[in-house]
Amino acid sequence: MEEEMHTDAKIRAETGTGSSPRGPGCSLRHFACEQNLLSRPDGSASFLQGDTSVLAGVYGPSEVKVSKEIFNKATLEVILRPKIGLPGVAEKSRERLIRNTCEAVVLGTLHPRTSITVVLQVVSDAGSGAQLLACCLNAACMALVDAGVPMRALFCGVTCALDSDGTLVLDPTSKQEKEARAVLTFALDNVERKLLMSSTKGLFSDAEIIRGQGAHD
Amino acid sequence: MAEAASVAAECLAGCRARGARSVLGQVVVPGEELLLPEQEDAEGPGGAGERPLSLNAGARSRVRVICGPGLRRCGDRLLVTKCGRLRHKEPGGGGGGVYWVDSQQKRYVPVKGDHVIGIVTAKSGDIFKVDVGGSEPASLSYLSFEGATKRNRPNVQVGDLIYGQFVVANKDMEPEMVCIDSCGRANGMGVIGQDGLLFKVTLGLIRKLLAPDCEIIQEVGKLYPLEIVFGMNGRIWVKAKTIQQTLILANILEACEHMTSDQRKQIFSRLAES
Repeated sequence: MEEEMHTDAKIRAETGTGSSPRGPGCSLRHFACEQNLLSRPDGSASFLQGDTSVLAGVYGPSEVKVSKEIFNKATLEVILRPKIGLPGVAEKSRERLIRNTCEAVVLGTLHPRTSITVVLQVVSDAGSGAQLLACCLNAACMALVDAGVPMRALFCGVTCALDSDGTLVLDPTSKQEKEARAVLTFALDNVERKLLMSSTKGLFSDAEIIRGQGAHD
Repeated sequence: MAEAASVAAECLAGCRARGARSVLGQVVVPGEELLLPEQEDAEGPGGAGERPLSLNAGARSRVRVICGPGLRRCGDRLLVTKCGRLRHKEPGGGGGGVYWVDSQQKRYVPVKGDHVIGIVTAKSGDIFKVDVGGSEPASLSYLSFEGATKRNRPNVQVGDLIYGQFVVANKDMEPEMVCIDSCGRANGMGVIGQDGLLFKVTLGLIRKLLAPDCEIIQEVGKLYPLEIVFGMNGRIWVKAKTIQQTLILANILEACEHMTSDQRKQIFSRLAES
């Protein structure tokens, strides 16, 4: 099972959005994924979504320092390196969001006193933070699957943007993101489509966030 | 690839639990729930509608099914925890057989009874610390060799290769290995000799090579005379007459994971000629 998984999918592009694949409807841009491309990590994956591309490597379950070990479950670490410059506060915040999502899904109790490390490297960045977070989540999930880490579900990351007139655009380009009133990023699991993580920026109402989650299904 | 896409599409269409029998040999993903055969019959045609009342509705005859790697019990269903193909083995005697997920991994997790190749990293008192590729080094007592006594210590140095099996390997304790079997005989285990080459492959390849009637091993054996040791932790030790032959064998074994049988036969025939 070392094959590459090239998922070339336009989800629900056919539901009445006309000839333009990026019309005001629920369609995602072209995305692609490749697994098992690095020889040193136990699992690796590269996820490309629109203009954003992230490379992820997973090491684990492996040795952990005594100061960081947890007696009854695995210690999950996420390291995110930006494309240029040193990692800063934004990277730390994204690392925490990704780590919380992974901890909810990985069966850490099967490997107590070990460490599972996810290293993410941004390869190309369209300049939008929310897109990057969704792409990192997807790459992390694919890399965890490639490493054979036991999980209770798969998860995916999706971004959506709310226009000033309330239209919802899934997987916005950086231009659409800048002009949007609010940008929402969600992590959903594959079992019951439940929400694992949400990161939002901007002004929106309760009804709109529920609509956003519904659109991802 | 097409199967993975169709599985994903099915998942999108609403994750109802599927019967384990219907999914045998197909790709399953983490999060799927599988129904065991007898539950399928109960929940199959008819569903919540017309089911005849039975006096002992609770006491169904349970078939004992063994849940292998990649699966966990979740209530009375099986929860898939790794991506891979679902496999089933019919039972010899009574019982429902074994279900497991055939997945690919590079990282080894110690399992009791597995034979592995380890590298001695430290000698502390009466115990050797052996690196087996897992999250912790395993411990090996100096008395666990054939014919070892307190006066007659085995000749093991740091950096030696050891072939042994696990007697204690669970998630909560440090793994312990020994180089004797339950009767006290070495049975091929112990310190691996001088020279030769140790290299690492994926766990799936080792299982394939150790399957009975593996063609690859038979063909390699006809090529050069060799000594070979397989560790379930993904490590292979190989020794042939010359260094060049050893390297050729190591390269073949590493590459045969990604080759079809035709490509393999071509390479073997080319090597046999030269």
